[in-house]
Amino acid sequence: MKILVCVSKTPDTTAKISFTNDSTEFNASGVTFIMNPYDEWYALVRAVELVEKNGGTVTIINVGDASNDQTIRKGLAIGASDAVRINANPKSSLYIAKQIAEFAKAENYDIVFCGKESIDYNGSEVGAMVAEFLDLPFISFASKLDMNGNTASIERDIEGGVEMLEVQTPFVVSAAKGMAEQRIPNMMGIMKAKSKPFKVVEPVDFPDLSTPVKYHLPEEKGSVKLVDPDNMDELVRLLHEEAKVI
Amino acid sequence: MVLVFAEAIKGQFKKAAFEAVTYGYKTAQALGSQCVALTLGTVENAGALGKYGASKVYNVSGDSLANFDSQVYTSVIAQAAEQVGAKVVVLAHTSTGKSILGRLAARLNAGSVAGVKSLPDLSGGSFKVAKGVFSGKATAEYEISSEIKVLSLAGNEIRPEESGSEVSVETLNVNVPAAKVKVLEVKRQEGIVPLPEAEVVVSAGRGMKGPENWGIVEELANVMNATTACSRPVADADWRPHHEHVGQTGVAIRPNLYVAIGISGAIQHLAGVNQSKTIVVINKDPEAPFFKAADYGVVGDLFEVVPKLTEAMKKFKAS
Ligand SMILES: Cc1cc2nc3c(=O)[nH]c(=O)nc-3n(C[C@H](O)[C@H](O)[C@H](O)COP(=O)(O)OP(=O)(O)OC[C@H]3O[C@@H](n4cnc5c(N)ncnc54)[C@H](O)[C@@H]3O)c2cc1C
Repeated sequence: MKILVCVSKTPDTTAKISFTNDSTEFNASGVTFIMNPYDEWYALVRAVELVEKNGGTVTIINVGDASNDQTIRKGLAIGASDAVRINANPKSSLYIAKQIAEFAKAENYDIVFCGKESIDYNGSEVGAMVAEFLDLPFISFASKLDMNGNTASIERDIEGGVEMLEVQTPFVVSAAKGMAEQRIPNMMGIMKAKSKPFKVVEPVDFPDLSTPVKYHLPEEKGSVKLVDPDNMDELVRLLHEEAKVI
Repeated sequence: MVLVFAEAIKGQFKKAAFEAVTYGYKTAQALGSQCVALTLGTVENAGALGKYGASKVYNVSGDSLANFDSQVYTSVIAQAAEQVGAKVVVLAHTSTGKSILGRLAARLNAGSVAGVKSLPDLSGGSFKVAKGVFSGKATAEYEISSEIKVLSLAGNEIRPEESGSEVSVETLNVNVPAAKVKVLEVKRQEGIVPLPEAEVVVSAGRGMKGPENWGIVEELANVMNATTACSRPVADADWRPHHEHVGQTGVAIRPNLYVAIGISGAIQHLAGVNQSKTIVVINKDPEAPFFKAADYGVVGDLFEVVPKLTEAMKKFKAS
């Protein structure tokens, strides 16, 4: 089985978010970066598990500059076979998806995995775009995936429930919680990662059709109004008359 | 032209469809254009979308539309967009909408924004919309430069507004491809408003001590007509089902009212809930970080406070 996993680098979940250059750019200074949790914990780990069981290869792909190499190496340490970085500084989802699809189209992957969303721009778009560029089925928010020959049995999260489905390879899938358990790379994995193939490829030309031009931080909440724990009628009154939410 | 895909579940529209049509109508007005809606498969009372501003409702039917396959839906919506000459396509930011948005953008060579929370700003001839980024820690304005634009509208962002009357439904002739995804079963909890759509959410954390104590949370949620949620460690420990987990790595929600019981307010939790309009925090620790993000706070033992709040709510609902 030949699997491609799309990974991105995001600020750590505890990162304080701020902006520079008149609020037109994300301020990366002092921010620790991680591999996007959905890409790492769920997509990559499940891909590695499938290959451990059925044989094959897991290739990691990232669209970004050399500052992403450390994140990509971590993916190799977790168990991917090789990695590709498309050397670009992407500003839009469609650009990223185009680069991934251009690389993938000649490779005939059985499965292309991505995370259900990235925790920075929260678009949930790249997987769907890659699928469209490659004209493949796309199954989003998959929380369970088992292979039986060329048939995948998948459970996907929908509002207030789950959907059970089957699809044949090749397809694109986005991974949600439940798909796998986080793996911490061990020493051997980290050592091996150093000698695994890691290719850098130049991007194809593609326009940015939708880009962030200005950021805003939420307004600070005014200070909390404390209510006496013995007077819940007062809380109900405030919610009704002041907040007008009940 | 603005084209809105109005999603129906088992033939019925949910609130998200009315929100999307309202948004499409307002966008069309700002652009000096018109809004038309598209429904797929068998849908009851599709003409009612006219009330929310659709000047026409189109329907496409076909066997492969009975279940969701992003490839089939995308093909049909893209063909409809071409036929009506849509410059803006609006979807709801639901599991279905999110699965189609990117595909449509790629297919139509369109700039897209996922989860928009503002009407377009058209000043200076540009087209800008806002969306939440960094899991709710900030907002970004996106500028779309392509001729066709595809948007998915975040839930609970705009109230469905009735501005017109029912319209007739026309069948649109497009090619409906066969589905490659075979849906075997769809399991939905009946009678519960799913978290992303809920207007009131009652959520509890590790302060509950154990799953056996959840009765008081459920009772409060019942009285308030609320959907229940929980913090991540609670779902990880299987005290509550995973779909209740809210936060940065769980469901992101934006209800009118979020009641947090025995939750400390870690940054990853706040990221998924801080766009709630009003936040009530019940915690025995006055230093709990959640109080900084709250509108109303009760410092006290949840095992005493929650039943009292339930009583007060019952009294209020009865009056
Ligand atoms: C990468 C990453 C992603 C994460 N994503 C998420 C996420 O999506 N969602 C999420 O929720 N967490 C997430 N977390 C975990 C998060 O950091 C916190 O650990 C978690 O939110 C804490 O859950 P809690 O508030 O229920 O428990 P605790 O932090 O243990 O808080 C329990 C609270 O209950 C109060 N309490 C105890 N007893 C009582 C009582 N009798 N009466 C009243 N109050 C009482 C305590 O004062 C305390 O404030 C993530 C962590 C990481 C590292």
